[in-house]
Amino acid sequence: MAEESLFGETVNCDEAVHQLYHYLDGELTEDRRLQISEHLNFCGPCGGAAEFEVELRQVVANRCKDHVPESLIRRIAEAIDEESRQHDGER
Amino acid sequence: MEHMPGLYSAALRMTRNAADAEDLVQETYLKAYRAYGSFEEGTNLRAWLYRILTNTFINSYRAAQRRPEVTDVEDVEDLYLYKRMADSGGTAAGRSAEDEALDRFTDDDVKAALEALPEAFRMAVLLADVEGFSYKEISEITEVPIGTVMSRIHRGRRALQKALHDVGSARGLVGSTAIGLND
Repeated sequence: MAEESLFGETVNCDEAVHQLYHYLDGELTEDRRLQISEHLNFCGPCGGAAEFEVELRQVVANRCKDHVPESLIRRIAEAIDEESRQHDGER
Repeated sequence: MEHMPGLYSAALRMTRNAADAEDLVQETYLKAYRAYGSFEEGTNLRAWLYRILTNTFINSYRAAQRRPEVTDVEDVEDLYLYKRMADSGGTAAGRSAEDEALDRFTDDDVKAALEALPEAFRMAVLLADVEGFSYKEISEITEVPIGTVMSRIHRGRRALQKALHDVGSARGLVGSTAIGLND
Protein backbone atom coordinates (compact mmCIF):
# COMPACT_ATOMS: atom_id res chain seq x y z
CA MET A 1 0.00 0.00 0.00
CA ALA A 2 2.96 2.26 -0.45
CA GLU A 3 2.01 5.47 -2.17
CA GLU A 4 4.42 7.48 -4.30
CA SER A 5 6.50 9.62 -2.00
CA LEU A 6 7.13 13.31 -2.50
CA PHE A 7 10.77 12.44 -1.98
CA GLY A 8 11.01 10.00 -4.85
CA GLU A 9 11.30 6.61 -3.23
CA THR A 10 8.42 4.87 -1.55
CA VAL A 11 8.40 3.44 1.94
CA ASN A 12 6.12 0.59 2.84
CA CYS A 13 4.83 -0.29 6.31
CA ASP A 14 7.41 -3.02 6.90
CA GLU A 15 10.28 -0.70 6.10
CA ALA A 16 8.84 2.11 8.22
CA VAL A 17 8.39 -0.17 11.23
CA HIS A 18 11.79 -1.70 10.72
CA GLN A 19 13.50 1.71 10.66
CA LEU A 20 11.41 3.15 13.47
CA TYR A 21 14.18 2.98 16.09
CA HIS A 22 16.71 4.59 13.76
CA TYR A 23 14.15 7.26 13.01
CA LEU A 24 13.25 7.97 16.63
CA ASP A 25 16.91 7.94 17.64
CA GLY A 26 17.73 10.59 15.02
CA GLU A 27 20.21 8.25 13.36
CA LEU A 28 18.93 8.37 9.75
CA THR A 29 20.13 10.47 6.85
CA GLU A 30 17.96 13.51 6.21
CA ASP A 31 16.45 12.03 3.02
CA ARG A 32 15.56 8.81 4.76
CA ARG A 33 14.21 10.66 7.80
CA LEU A 34 11.85 12.65 5.58
CA GLN A 35 10.67 9.51 3.79
CA ILE A 36 9.86 7.73 7.04
CA SER A 37 8.31 10.85 8.53
CA GLU A 38 6.05 11.18 5.52
CA HIS A 39 4.96 7.57 5.79
CA LEU A 40 4.19 7.94 9.52
CA ASN A 41 2.10 11.04 8.81
CA PHE A 42 0.02 9.34 6.16
CA CYS A 43 -0.25 5.83 7.53
CA GLY A 44 -2.50 5.68 10.61
CA PRO A 45 -1.39 2.30 11.99
CA CYS A 46 2.33 3.08 11.62
CA GLY A 47 1.83 6.58 13.02
CA GLY A 48 0.02 5.10 16.03
CA ALA A 49 2.79 2.58 16.56
CA ALA A 50 5.41 5.34 16.42
CA GLU A 51 3.55 7.40 19.02
CA PHE A 52 3.32 4.36 21.24
CA GLU A 53 7.07 3.74 20.97
CA VAL A 54 7.76 7.36 21.95
CA GLU A 55 5.39 7.08 24.89
CA LEU A 56 6.93 3.77 25.98
CA ARG A 57 10.40 5.26 25.93
CA GLN A 58 9.26 8.10 28.20
CA VAL A 59 7.63 5.60 30.56
CA VAL A 60 10.85 3.55 30.74
CA ALA A 61 12.96 6.67 31.42
CA ASN A 62 10.57 8.08 34.01
CA ARG A 63 10.00 4.83 35.87
CA CYS A 64 13.69 4.01 36.32
CA LYS A 65 14.51 6.73 38.81
CA ASP A 66 15.71 6.01 42.33
CA HIS A 67 16.21 8.05 45.46
CA VAL A 68 19.89 8.46 46.31
CA PRO A 69 20.38 7.64 50.02
CA GLU A 70 21.63 10.62 52.05
CA SER A 71 24.17 8.30 53.65
CA LEU A 72 25.73 7.61 50.25
CA ILE A 73 26.09 11.31 49.44
CA ARG A 74 27.80 11.83 52.83
CA ARG A 75 30.00 8.78 52.39
CA ILE A 76 31.25 9.93 49.00
CA ALA A 77 31.89 13.49 50.20
CA GLU A 78 33.89 12.09 53.12
CA ALA A 79 35.85 9.71 50.90
CA ILE A 80 36.80 12.55 48.57
CA ASP A 81 37.77 14.78 51.52
CA GLU A 82 39.96 11.99 52.84
CA GLU A 83 41.52 11.55 49.42
CA SER A 84 42.28 15.26 49.07
CA ARG A 85 43.83 15.39 52.57
CA GLN A 86 46.11 12.46 51.69
CA HIS A 87 46.99 14.18 48.50
CA ASP A 88 47.87 17.42 50.32
CA GLY A 89 49.97 15.43 52.81
CA GLU A 90 52.06 14.03 50.00
CA ARG A 91 53.12 17.41 48.77
CA MET B 1 27.58 15.78 42.36
CA GLU B 2 24.76 16.69 39.99
CA HIS B 3 25.20 13.41 38.09
CA MET B 4 24.78 11.22 41.15
CA PRO B 5 21.06 10.36 40.78
CA GLY B 6 21.59 9.09 37.24
CA LEU B 7 24.79 7.24 38.13
CA TYR B 8 23.15 5.65 41.17
CA SER B 9 20.12 4.47 39.16
CA ALA B 10 22.37 3.11 36.44
CA ALA B 11 24.46 1.33 39.09
CA LEU B 12 21.32 -0.22 40.57
CA ARG B 13 20.22 -1.53 37.18
CA MET B 14 23.72 -2.89 36.50
CA THR B 15 24.33 -4.59 39.86
CA ARG B 16 20.66 -5.25 40.72
CA ASN B 17 21.68 -4.82 44.33
CA ALA B 18 21.60 -1.67 46.51
CA ALA B 19 24.77 -2.37 48.52
CA ASP B 20 26.84 -3.07 45.39
CA ALA B 21 25.32 -0.06 43.63
CA GLU B 22 26.38 2.26 46.47
CA ASP B 23 29.92 0.88 46.46
CA LEU B 24 30.08 1.15 42.68
CA VAL B 25 29.03 4.80 42.70
CA GLN B 26 31.51 5.64 45.47
CA GLU B 27 34.32 3.93 43.57
CA THR B 28 33.32 5.77 40.41
CA TYR B 29 33.53 9.15 42.16
CA LEU B 30 36.89 8.33 43.72
CA LYS B 31 38.33 7.18 40.40
CA ALA B 32 36.94 10.26 38.68
CA TYR B 33 38.47 12.47 41.38
CA ARG B 34 41.87 10.81 40.99
CA ALA B 35 41.75 10.81 37.18
CA TYR B 36 40.33 14.29 36.79
CA GLY B 37 43.66 15.47 35.40
CA SER B 38 43.19 13.18 32.42
CA PHE B 39 39.71 14.50 31.71
CA GLU B 40 39.83 16.80 28.71
CA GLU B 41 38.08 20.09 29.30
CA GLY B 42 35.36 20.69 26.79
CA THR B 43 34.58 17.02 26.32
CA ASN B 44 31.53 15.38 27.79
CA LEU B 45 31.93 15.08 31.57
CA ARG B 46 28.73 13.10 31.96
CA ALA B 47 29.77 10.50 29.35
CA TRP B 48 33.21 10.31 30.99
CA LEU B 49 31.63 9.53 34.38
CA TYR B 50 29.43 6.81 32.85
CA ARG B 51 32.48 5.35 31.18
CA ILE B 52 34.23 5.05 34.55
CA LEU B 53 31.06 3.58 36.09
CA THR B 54 30.70 1.02 33.30
CA ASN B 55 34.38 0.03 33.37
CA THR B 56 34.36 -0.35 37.13
CA PHE B 57 31.22 -2.44 37.00
CA ILE B 58 32.61 -4.74 34.34
CA ASN B 59 36.02 -5.13 35.98
CA SER B 60 35.00 -5.44 39.62
CA TYR B 61 31.38 -6.18 40.22
CA ARG B 62 30.44 -8.39 37.36
CA ALA B 63 33.33 -10.70 38.11
CA ALA B 64 32.35 -10.78 41.77
CA GLN B 65 28.76 -11.69 40.96
CA ARG B 66 30.04 -14.87 39.32
CA ARG B 67 27.15 -15.04 36.93
CA PRO B 68 27.84 -16.68 33.62
CA GLU B 69 27.74 -13.93 31.06
CA VAL B 70 24.70 -14.29 28.83
CA THR B 71 25.69 -12.91 25.48
CA ASP B 72 22.49 -13.30 23.56
CA VAL B 73 18.86 -12.38 23.84
CA GLU B 74 15.90 -14.02 22.18
CA ASP B 75 14.60 -12.50 18.98
CA VAL B 76 11.39 -10.59 19.56
CA GLU B 77 9.21 -9.20 16.78
CA ASP B 78 8.89 -5.46 16.10
CA LEU B 79 6.13 -3.66 18.01
CA TYR B 80 5.70 -6.64 20.34
CA LEU B 81 4.06 -4.67 23.13
CA TYR B 82 2.04 -2.31 20.94
CA LYS B 83 0.38 -5.18 19.12
CA ARG B 84 -0.65 -6.70 22.44
CA MET B 85 -1.53 -3.51 24.30
CA ALA B 86 -3.90 -2.56 21.52
CA ASP B 87 -5.85 -5.62 22.63
CA SER B 88 -6.08 -4.48 26.24
CA GLY B 89 -8.91 -2.01 25.98
CA GLY B 90 -10.75 0.00 23.39
CA THR B 91 -10.09 -0.29 19.71
CA ALA B 92 -6.82 -0.80 17.97
CA ALA B 93 -7.12 2.66 16.49
CA GLY B 94 -7.60 4.41 19.84
CA ARG B 95 -4.03 5.10 20.81
CA SER B 96 -4.97 6.66 24.13
CA ALA B 97 -6.10 3.21 25.29
CA GLU B 98 -2.57 1.88 24.86
CA ASP B 99 -1.04 4.95 26.43
CA GLU B 100 -3.33 4.60 29.43
CA ALA B 101 -2.41 0.95 29.69
CA LEU B 102 1.27 1.97 29.79
CA ASP B 103 0.54 4.22 32.76
CA ARG B 104 -0.53 1.17 34.76
CA PHE B 105 3.05 -0.10 34.84
CA THR B 106 4.67 0.81 38.15
CA ASP B 107 8.30 1.82 38.70
CA ASP B 108 8.96 -1.68 40.05
CA ASP B 109 7.44 -3.30 36.93
CA VAL B 110 9.68 -1.34 34.58
CA LYS B 111 12.80 -1.82 36.69
CA ALA B 112 12.14 -5.56 36.95
CA ALA B 113 11.67 -5.85 33.18
CA LEU B 114 14.88 -3.93 32.45
CA GLU B 115 16.84 -5.90 35.03
CA ALA B 116 15.63 -9.15 33.46
CA LEU B 117 17.59 -8.43 30.26
CA PRO B 118 21.01 -10.02 29.74
CA GLU B 119 23.72 -7.60 30.77
CA ALA B 120 25.02 -6.38 27.40
CA PHE B 121 21.49 -5.59 26.24
CA ARG B 122 20.47 -4.11 29.60
CA MET B 123 23.44 -1.72 29.52
CA ALA B 124 22.72 -0.66 25.94
CA VAL B 125 19.03 0.06 26.59
CA LEU B 126 19.79 1.73 29.91
CA LEU B 127 22.35 4.09 28.39
CA ALA B 128 20.17 4.88 25.37
CA ASP B 129 16.66 5.13 26.74
CA VAL B 130 17.08 5.94 30.42
CA GLU B 131 20.24 8.04 30.26
CA GLY B 132 19.66 9.43 26.77
CA PHE B 133 23.11 8.84 25.25
CA SER B 134 23.58 8.63 21.47
CA TYR B 135 24.84 5.49 19.71
CA LYS B 136 28.26 7.11 19.38
CA GLU B 137 28.46 8.06 23.05
CA ILE B 138 27.41 4.56 24.11
CA SER B 139 30.06 3.10 21.84
CA GLU B 140 32.66 5.24 23.65
CA ILE B 141 31.28 4.53 27.12
CA THR B 142 31.16 0.75 26.67
CA GLU B 143 34.12 0.48 24.27
CA VAL B 144 31.99 -1.56 21.88
CA PRO B 145 31.84 -0.87 18.10
CA ILE B 146 28.92 1.32 17.10
CA GLY B 147 27.27 -1.34 14.91
CA THR B 148 27.20 -3.74 17.83
CA VAL B 149 25.85 -1.00 20.11
CA MET B 150 23.05 -0.29 17.67
CA SER B 151 22.12 -3.93 17.33
CA ARG B 152 22.12 -4.39 21.11
CA ILE B 153 19.92 -1.33 21.65
CA HIS B 154 17.39 -2.45 19.06
CA ARG B 155 17.27 -6.08 20.13
CA GLY B 156 17.37 -5.10 23.79
CA ARG B 157 14.38 -2.77 23.34
CA ARG B 158 12.36 -5.52 21.72
CA ALA B 159 13.32 -7.94 24.48
CA LEU B 160 12.35 -5.29 27.03
CA GLN B 161 8.91 -5.06 25.44
CA LYS B 162 8.46 -8.79 25.89
CA ALA B 163 9.74 -8.61 29.47
CA LEU B 164 7.29 -5.78 30.19
CA HIS B 165 4.52 -7.77 28.62
CA ASP B 166 5.39 -10.77 30.80
CA VAL B 167 5.34 -8.59 33.92
CA GLY B 168 2.12 -6.90 32.78
CA SER B 169 0.25 -10.05 31.89
CA ALA B 170 1.20 -11.66 35.22
CA ARG B 171 -0.58 -8.70 36.82
CA GLY B 172 -3.47 -8.71 34.36
CA LEU B 173 -2.50 -5.31 32.91
CA VAL B 174 -2.25 -6.38 29.27
CA GLY B 175 -3.92 -8.86 26.98
CA SER B 176 -2.09 -11.84 25.62
CA THR B 177 -3.07 -11.88 21.97
CA ALA B 178 -1.48 -9.77 19.29
CA ILE B 179 -3.37 -7.80 16.70
CA GLY B 180 -2.05 -7.32 13.19
CA LEU B 181 -1.03 -3.75 12.57
CA ASN B 182 -3.15 -3.41 9.48
CA ASP B 183 -6.12 -5.58 10.42
